[in-house]
Amino acid sequence: MTVAAVIFYLFACTAVASGLLVVLARNPVHSVLWLILTFFTSAGLFIMMGAEFVALLLVIVYVGAVAVLFLFVVMMLDVDFAELKQGIAKHMPIALLVGVVLVMELMLIIGSGLWAGQTEVVREGLSPTPEGVENTVALGQIIYTRYIYLFQASGLILFVAMVGAIVLTLRHRVDVKRQNVITQMHRDPAQAVVMKDVKPGQGI
Amino acid sequence: MIGLEHYLTVAALLFVTGIFGIFINRKNIIVILMSIELMLLAVNINMVAFSTHMGDLVGQVFTLFILTVAAAEAAIGLAILVCFFRNRGTIAVEDVNVMKG
Repeated sequence: MTVAAVIFYLFACTAVASGLLVVLARNPVHSVLWLILTFFTSAGLFIMMGAEFVALLLVIVYVGAVAVLFLFVVMMLDVDFAELKQGIAKHMPIALLVGVVLVMELMLIIGSGLWAGQTEVVREGLSPTPEGVENTVALGQIIYTRYIYLFQASGLILFVAMVGAIVLTLRHRVDVKRQNVITQMHRDPAQAVVMKDVKPGQGI
Repeated sequence: MIGLEHYLTVAALLFVTGIFGIFINRKNIIVILMSIELMLLAVNINMVAFSTHMGDLVGQVFTLFILTVAAAEAAIGLAILVCFFRNRGTIAVEDVNVMKG
């Protein structure tokens, strides 16, 4: 076994095992941490495939933003997670059945390998990987030219998501003291300041 | 030699793990959202595996877009979750019947 194969199996086994632990962990905080491990190992797989840009994007976007968002929400909500874990034993048989059947189907498809020799014959690559250009540079060359509209649309999606998240979670609390700018600006010295003549030796 | 099939197998296992997670965590919507993230990750692995195998960069470009949509989905989903928790004081999905759906 070559070094590459050893590293691949290390990453692959870690990814699958931590993926399982995401759904099986008792504590959702642990689930999020296993999810982060899954993302890291998948980034390792991406680097092994030669897609460095997507790998680093996965680390930055998923681990840096999405997983941290999950962590915030899990820690912020005061939920009795033990109560939410009640149904696991009840749903386990059907879930195992569905999982095993799906795995067997997918393995049959992958294992048959009928498509493997044909795919390259079917069509030429739409954007063939250029020779002697780094992955990131090559991606940039097509994202900003051929896929510019899709790129803009994804920016729009993120914008809409941001506005939606803010609108959903922003609430106007009535029981807190706020700054009232109009009242502040309409105050003048006549109302705000009182001259007191304090005699020596006496308080007010 | 590590070929396309190996990566596809990992992706298939991750995808099935996601479906499995949705089935066993019927009540806990946070874990359901994490399962959806796992499934999207599996799709991304498939995309990149085919992209590098066939020497076509389009797969990686679309991985970028899937990543974008996944991030937006997680943000909106968690925002709805926080909103729901504020109103109802629980996140059990089985209690979500406000709209009589």
